[in-house]
Amino acid sequence: MKNSYVAPHISSLPKSGIRDFFELVNTMEDVISLGIGEPDFITPWTIRESAIYSYEKGNTHYTSNLGTIQLRKEICNYVKNTYNLEYHPENECIVTVGVSEALDLVMRAILSPGDEVIYHEPCYVSYAPEIRMAHGIPVAVSTYEKNAFALDPDDLEKAVTDRTKAIVLNFPCNPTGAVLTQEQTEKIAQIAVKYDLIVISDQIYSELTYEEMTPSIATFPGMKDRTVFLNGFSKAFAMTGFRVGYACGPKEIIDAMMKIHQYSIMCVSINAQHAACEALKNARQDMEMMRNEYCRRRNVIVNAFNTMGLPCLLPHGAFYAFPNITSTGLSSMEFAKELLISEKVAVVPGTAFGECGEGFIRCSYATSMDGIKTAMEKIKTFLDKLKTK
Amino acid sequence: MTKEEIKREILRILGEDGRLSAADIAERLAVSTHEAAAAVAELEKNNIIIGYSAIFNESELPESKVKAIIEVKVRPEREGGFDKIARRLSKFPQVSSLYLMSGGFDLMLEIKGSTLQEVAEFVSSKLAAMDGVLSTSTHFLLKKYKEAGKLMEEEEYSERLKIVP
Repeated sequence: MKNSYVAPHISSLPKSGIRDFFELVNTMEDVISLGIGEPDFITPWTIRESAIYSYEKGNTHYTSNLGTIQLRKEICNYVKNTYNLEYHPENECIVTVGVSEALDLVMRAILSPGDEVIYHEPCYVSYAPEIRMAHGIPVAVSTYEKNAFALDPDDLEKAVTDRTKAIVLNFPCNPTGAVLTQEQTEKIAQIAVKYDLIVISDQIYSELTYEEMTPSIATFPGMKDRTVFLNGFSKAFAMTGFRVGYACGPKEIIDAMMKIHQYSIMCVSINAQHAACEALKNARQDMEMMRNEYCRRRNVIVNAFNTMGLPCLLPHGAFYAFPNITSTGLSSMEFAKELLISEKVAVVPGTAFGECGEGFIRCSYATSMDGIKTAMEKIKTFLDKLKTK
Repeated sequence: MTKEEIKREILRILGEDGRLSAADIAERLAVSTHEAAAAVAELEKNNIIIGYSAIFNESELPESKVKAIIEVKVRPEREGGFDKIARRLSKFPQVSSLYLMSGGFDLMLEIKGSTLQEVAEFVSSKLAAMDGVLSTSTHFLLKKYKEAGKLMEEEEYSERLKIVP
């Protein structure tokens, strides 16, 4: 009898330590949640309407593995205009089931067993597991509040070994809202060139940048041929449920990703692709409107945290505030649990995003302004109760 | 934020919700309440913000009003063109909106009245009889679905997961 039916590299995947907390949240009624990492806006109508039209027209078949050529052309055109990066729609762009699939594809395409991939923490929960599932070794580099949670190029370089194959960057960052400066990006690019590393740049939050957007790392000298640029429609166009993302990059890597995609996924839903096409053609104003609203909410939530005595940096992108809660004497998990039980406000403990997230909580402002205001009052009440304990 | 940027943002914010106070605006824009209040006052003083009003769902109001859109053809005057007659018409309290239009007619009026007769009376005795008015065409409004960007019936809200990493 075998010890286990499950492959060791899967059974050894760490179970998310906050699963229990998530379950607890889900069992409670009338919770105000600042824990949701997706837009609260419903997908703009023009996009939904084109999806409906797509069904009506009888578009119910497979598409090219890479995605419809119309969508790839729109994507490449958009990426050129927005990021000043030129890719050929024929062979340098692939449409995927969200950025999640693109991440999975790129890891499987580039990693051999034992290859190391460096990523920065606190970060989105999928990076390390994605690397492990592709038989790679995840190497986390911590980022710190004192650096506004940007990846310090020196710390990055120290983590490079002769097994390092790639670096994952996610700026603007979930959960910190951090962005890189031009200088930091340039230095990271130089490190990538120096050690011949691939850079996987997950830019899913790039459109939600509230101050000036730092150029993509792919635009720096020597970088375009070694960068896989990932983006999608979920955050910028409030299309999480449509599941459409894309990768642009060197032909060789995109081709390898396409092979995996063609055998495992075949293609993204044709109707979702039509909807995504419409998003790029006609929903830019909707995107602007949503970004403006996020920006206002950001100002309100950051001001509220700082006023109540939880120091909070101004996030320059994404829709998360990441206040420091160490002054309460509670751990991130204790804070989140006690806040939930006491005030029915859900936040995500910073440790969900890596150990160095200890001392912080992630609060999504992809929630209505009223919801944010009520939540802030309740958190204030919670702090007052803690003090009088 | 420059003063001009603040004003532009205020127009956007108040365009969506006219009831927000200077303090509400200030925290959204991360400026001082004083700055926000001063900018609003300036916009009002310069007649850029003309006024504030509520949007009603008429079908739920205790007293129902009758509304009509009236297309009016007029004879422009040698001096003043359409403005003179438009100004005279705009002074009637029954006229809630008035626009100069391109196309098959000249002025479009939105009229409010308590009853159909009241609106008809206004059209025949005041509007059609006015010097320079050549013809009118009255369309009564039957149901309102949307006004000033607000839907009369909220879209159904599909529940999100409570926690998403």
